[in-house]
Amino acid sequence: MYAYDEIDRTLVNERVSEFRDQVKRRLSGELTEDEFKILRLQNGVYLQLHAYMFRVAIPYGTLASNQLRALAHVARKYDRGYGHFTTRQNIQFNWIKLAELPDALADLAEVGIHAMQTSGNNMRNVTSDQWAGVAPGEIEDPRIWSELIRQHTTLHPEFSFLPRKFKIAITASDHDRAAIKIHDIGLKLIKNEKGETGFEVLVGGGLGRTPFIGKTIKHFVHGRDILSYIEAILRVYNQYGRRDNIYKARIKILVHELGIEKFSREVEEEWQQIRNSSLQIDDEVVEDIRSRFTYPAYEKLPHMPDELRQAAADPDFEAWRKNSVAPHKVQGYSIVTISLKPIGAPPGDATAEQMDALADLADKYSFGEIRVGHEQNLALPHVAKRDLPALWKALDKLGLATPNVNLITDIIACPGLDYCSLANARSIPIAQELTRRFANHELANLIGRLHINISGCINACGHHHVGHIGILGVEKNGEEVYQITIGGRADESAALGNLIGPGVKFDEVADVVEDIVEAYLALRERPEELFMDTVKRLGVEPFKERVYATR
Amino acid sequence: MPLVNGGKIADDSFVKLAADTPLPEGGDILVPAERFIGEADALLRRTGKVGVIWPNNRDIAELVPYLGKIAVVALVFPTFRDGRAYSQARLLRERYNYRGELRATGQILRDQFVFMLRAGFDSFDVKKQSDAEAFMQTAKRYSVFYQPTGDGRITALHRRMQLRHSEGVGT
Repeated sequence: MYAYDEIDRTLVNERVSEFRDQVKRRLSGELTEDEFKILRLQNGVYLQLHAYMFRVAIPYGTLASNQLRALAHVARKYDRGYGHFTTRQNIQFNWIKLAELPDALADLAEVGIHAMQTSGNNMRNVTSDQWAGVAPGEIEDPRIWSELIRQHTTLHPEFSFLPRKFKIAITASDHDRAAIKIHDIGLKLIKNEKGETGFEVLVGGGLGRTPFIGKTIKHFVHGRDILSYIEAILRVYNQYGRRDNIYKARIKILVHELGIEKFSREVEEEWQQIRNSSLQIDDEVVEDIRSRFTYPAYEKLPHMPDELRQAAADPDFEAWRKNSVAPHKVQGYSIVTISLKPIGAPPGDATAEQMDALADLADKYSFGEIRVGHEQNLALPHVAKRDLPALWKALDKLGLATPNVNLITDIIACPGLDYCSLANARSIPIAQELTRRFANHELANLIGRLHINISGCINACGHHHVGHIGILGVEKNGEEVYQITIGGRADESAALGNLIGPGVKFDEVADVVEDIVEAYLALRERPEELFMDTVKRLGVEPFKERVYATR
Repeated sequence: MPLVNGGKIADDSFVKLAADTPLPEGGDILVPAERFIGEADALLRRTGKVGVIWPNNRDIAELVPYLGKIAVVALVFPTFRDGRAYSQARLLRERYNYRGELRATGQILRDQFVFMLRAGFDSFDVKKQSDAEAFMQTAKRYSVFYQPTGDGRITALHRRMQLRHSEGVGT
């Protein structure tokens, strides 16, 4: 956990009082809605279909139990008793009243939580691997660097009014759980031949209307230079990114229009002028940040405790363990993913009661720590294996033990037309229907790893381009129409999905997905061949034939 | 539009000249970039100070040969969501060592003052009287800064180092 000091706390409080002034000026009419819009967006406040929506940052996906309780408190006191975890390690509240927002922010500030730059054309919440610090084989904890970058990008005096939003993600594992290739800047923490920490820097990834996979702009930037290198990228972008058309304003378009070679030359030129400045981070500064991350005092525990051996006789426990429990870097411990995807419910939602109860379970079983992943699930990062059966029982009572992590019902979906003013089509009801179709655990297990991602408009908040099956809702002649892609993925082998055929109507989406899955089961070479591998091997055509043969 | 200069509302001695307005005999003038570059010698020869209004899509490096001779550089925020002039301001101050008046013009609200001060602006063509009057109070709104810029304010990272070292003295 990172502990805020007096300096961090002061800044968050100063931001709350600034926002209080902005809300006051809006309510008195001193600010027009047009003026206020940009200001509220700098602080995560959107005007949605029914009410203001409030997005709160969970930097690099790390939460302490008292912070989760504060989120539950906000859900209960200022909203309708639940929150929605997003694909970028944020939580959204959908029914906030403007006049109460400053108080909600002040309550969150008490536990070091803020909503700075969770929307607007600025540098957004820095995201990372939800298993950071506990994943076996990780090079080092990427959250140290995430926090350094979080601080550097917070209220930046030059880059708070960029052409468009700007997202940075960091991973330190070979298996990329942070989706760095679909970010404006993706950072892969690596070591050079001298054993020094640095980053492979990717730029220009992103989804939305014009999706791109990020390209490597530099193979190694030393850790001490990472802030100046990011600053150089942003300075080039701030000056040359397009501002005439919001659909062409992301850095991916600039990189695409200039070409990666020319873009990287511009960045290099700028970087050479600022790299030996006060932006250079010396080891002492890194160590200071590192010293404020605390790690649990792990016990020496057996690899296979008796409790686990005994529980293995229970098929329900085993079903959950097999897809929710992952290896930890310390023997005797596990990382437990908490599915927020119960059958028939909106993906990523948690009630205030669930959040409070989970905070208690984190205190009891996970050294008070909770993580939030971009798949809209939560995790307890340090669970002793002997506690797994007891934890499972407790989670099950809370409706948080659906054994579907990484299976077909572990769906990513944006709020869609049910909440969002940008949406053209519904997302949540599609997700709900799909979870019902594949509710049978044996079937889901037989299918194996398969990610369905759903967006209700071209802005792609549901990451449909990189879903193994991607579903995009659009509006055509006043009707919701869904375009379906297959073969996308968001990990280290990130790829954009390919369209399988003409769009289909709302009622047909689940049928088409069932057909795609049936085709896969018939086409796969052996049960171990995952859906994405079959698509990679055969391409779209055989799927298209089978799905559209009878349509 | 009130001008805030040196932290308070002040009179503006500069008259804005359009591209084709005849040159006045004396007095301080603010000239559009195009005209300034075209007539720089003549403009700088007259009595009275000269400032330039520089658009946010033109390379600020073009101004470098004149920086010692001009009194004001006015950068433009066509809307406050267009932040290009923040980069121009920092380049002028931090790379080209411009020390004259750096004026923010366009849609300027109190909510940008801190960012602008940090980027090197020291005068502001403020849109609303109430924002101009709130300048001093708003400028002091923040006491913690995470990024180093040319304004010399100490960053949070360095403050922590100082605290750490001063704490270390007694132990």
